[in-house]
Amino acid sequence: MIPEIGQFALILALSLAICQAVLPLIGAHRNDAAMMGVARTAATGQFVFVAISFACLTWAFVTSDFSVLYVANHSQLSLPTVYKISAVWGAHEGSLLMWILILSAWTLAVSRFSSGLPEAFAARVIGVLGLLSIGFLLFALLTSNPFERLIPAAADGADLNPLLQDPGLAIHPPLLYIGYVGFSVAFAFAIAAMLTGDLDQRTAKWTRQWTTLAWLFLTLGIMLGSWWAYYELGWGGWWFWDPVENASFMPWLIGTALIHSLAVTERRGLFKSWTLLLAITAFSLSLLGTFLVRSGIIVSVHAFATDPTRGFFILSFLGIVVIGALALFAWRGPSLDSDAGFGLLSRETFLLLNNVLLVVATALVLMGTLAPLVIEMMDGSKISIGPPWFEVAFLVPTIPLVLLMGLGMNTAWRKQEPSSWLAVLRIPAIAAVLLGVLLPLMFYGRVSLMLAVGCLAAFWIIATSLVQPIRSLRRKEGAAVITRSALGMSVAHLGMGLFVLGVTITSAFNIEADRALTPGESIEVGAFEFEMRELRDVEGPNYSAIEAVVEIRRDGEYVATVRPQKRQYLVQQNWMTEAGIYATWNRDLFVALGDQLGNGAWSVRVQYKPMIRFIWFGAIVMALGGLIAVSDRRYRVKATKAEKVSGTAPEAA
Amino acid sequence: MKPRQQRMLALGLAAIGIAIAAAFTLRAFQDNMMFFVEISDVVAGNYPKQRNFRIGGLVVDGSVEREEGSMDLRFRVTDMACEIPVSYVGVLPDLFREGQGVVAHGRLGEEGVFVADKILAKHDENYMAPEVAESLAKHVENKTAPLRDGVSECNPNDS
Repeated sequence: MIPEIGQFALILALSLAICQAVLPLIGAHRNDAAMMGVARTAATGQFVFVAISFACLTWAFVTSDFSVLYVANHSQLSLPTVYKISAVWGAHEGSLLMWILILSAWTLAVSRFSSGLPEAFAARVIGVLGLLSIGFLLFALLTSNPFERLIPAAADGADLNPLLQDPGLAIHPPLLYIGYVGFSVAFAFAIAAMLTGDLDQRTAKWTRQWTTLAWLFLTLGIMLGSWWAYYELGWGGWWFWDPVENASFMPWLIGTALIHSLAVTERRGLFKSWTLLLAITAFSLSLLGTFLVRSGIIVSVHAFATDPTRGFFILSFLGIVVIGALALFAWRGPSLDSDAGFGLLSRETFLLLNNVLLVVATALVLMGTLAPLVIEMMDGSKISIGPPWFEVAFLVPTIPLVLLMGLGMNTAWRKQEPSSWLAVLRIPAIAAVLLGVLLPLMFYGRVSLMLAVGCLAAFWIIATSLVQPIRSLRRKEGAAVITRSALGMSVAHLGMGLFVLGVTITSAFNIEADRALTPGESIEVGAFEFEMRELRDVEGPNYSAIEAVVEIRRDGEYVATVRPQKRQYLVQQNWMTEAGIYATWNRDLFVALGDQLGNGAWSVRVQYKPMIRFIWFGAIVMALGGLIAVSDRRYRVKATKAEKVSGTAPEAA
Repeated sequence: MKPRQQRMLALGLAAIGIAIAAAFTLRAFQDNMMFFVEISDVVAGNYPKQRNFRIGGLVVDGSVEREEGSMDLRFRVTDMACEIPVSYVGVLPDLFREGQGVVAHGRLGEEGVFVADKILAKHDENYMAPEVAESLAKHVENKTAPLRDGVSECNPNDS
């Protein structure tokens, strides 16, 4: 009964989505207030019914209703309740339902907080979001119904993939989806702006708040995914350039470009058509990611089980969205350009460079991700592009990007006076050069070219992002305090600096060893000695495990004990590696059990990972910067006032 | 700057950026492309010499051998027609199992042994890399013999 209610609610949601899309769009065109008025009500109704549907599926999981096929395939009686709930989005059908739920939640949020927008514009935004909802609801109902019955019901479920039974993975998909789907709001704003025929500064400001919000969730989602892969896939890498990771990374790169381009549109009324194009691209790349993950056409550790009809549906949807949006852009985009100009040395120039480099970076990632598909279509040979290529290629645009970042955020809008510019940047530049060379020498005892470049870039960003906050602290009586928006920018860039530092130090000084160990034996990695004390059996709620007790010492002194496990999940009989990690702020010590080798020996992977926490911590700081910027209410109301001082003290980017 | 100049600047910079990136990456692409070669083709001698490539198939039942207490491992992989011995030193992925699909990166060593530097087995039981599935399907088709006892003769020059 409950599953049928869920399905019925989903069908009702589709009907409401159709109302939400069709009536307001027509109403906005005809300037009919009654029709436009439907938008908010329909959006609320749609959210309510999608939420009911989602609750029904969750209920089926919590009560272990194995007469529902999706539940029977992805849950199991002894699964802990928290994982029964997270199993709702553990596979294709349920995660699609969650995608729809998040889309309707974003729509609801937009409809609630859009009272400042012109009525016709808001109606168009909500209408476009309704069109997207129709697409996804049809996708769910036609190809991926999560409520499909299994008759007769199974006695017990097939269990959730053990890899997904983890707190990190329980919250990684929701955050990632909030980010992904959030770009649909920017997309809807772009379409609405083109339908209206103008992207004014007020609209740009609005779009920017929503885009930053989506971006910060995407940042956190990607960060959690990376962290999860690090400790749960068991082998200690933090980024694999896997097609599906790339699929989430490309919208992030374009979304970052979009935020910066929106800054120019908002402050100066420039880059309008470019901003629209980026908004369309960011969302299209989100859809492309969905297609790659769910169609099974790409070899990936993340790929869902293959189903051609789903792939076909998403590809058609992607085609309609992209072609429709680009056609509209070709028709309306060019009329949006503005006549304002800017100096060669100005904030605008640096934001332009930022955009060019981010787009190049995205193009490279896209090329590496799709090349295997294209080459197979061309001559049938099956190739793969390894991480080494990505690692090198990605540095080409990003090294200039991070170096220019420090310059750009301390440059004034319109035109910057070179002499005062040099005066401000002198100290950060000296600090970066000194720290960039000295820090690796002092703490790790050697320095190479790439290492120096990486550290220099990191300290350069950190130092330059502190310039404005420090200035605000030391301001004279009566001088303007830094705006939240500018502070958010500084914090986000600071996070980027910490991230770059983490990546540089980890890749330069990480030590890794695979060794066969029997209890009582030990190996040395760097300054640390790892001794396997004993092996023992451990029972979990739905698995049994072999646990190694590994004692870590440094110069004979006890540091910590870690307990890596090899778990066997009872239902699927899968083996899984659970790494033992001892983490402090400046290094991780990582032990993972490999295979039983006979004679009481196990293969063991031991790693020393200096500063790896900075990678995720940096991402959190970036997201925090986004949050600070979004919280800038004052700035939302009075942008014009801040613009007056922008000639001397640079404002937010 | 006037809008026209801005646009020229933007286009010019984008063109330069993309040209540099393209030139650079196409060169690096060549070195980093890794071909998937069917086992029958490897046995027949059709594989990229002097460079790494990928093979994939099923791990032959009962073929996994290791010296007690050592990380050196040997096993055979089949595409249901031909088999190839594989040697590997290191930690295996969790889902590596006899009779299951596997992908190995490496190069052909002496005496026709594939020396793997990386072994991949998928995270999901039900999921098999498309190229492996395709390669297996090709050799199981048209074969009347039951799967287990040597599906078909290894006749490399056939294909």
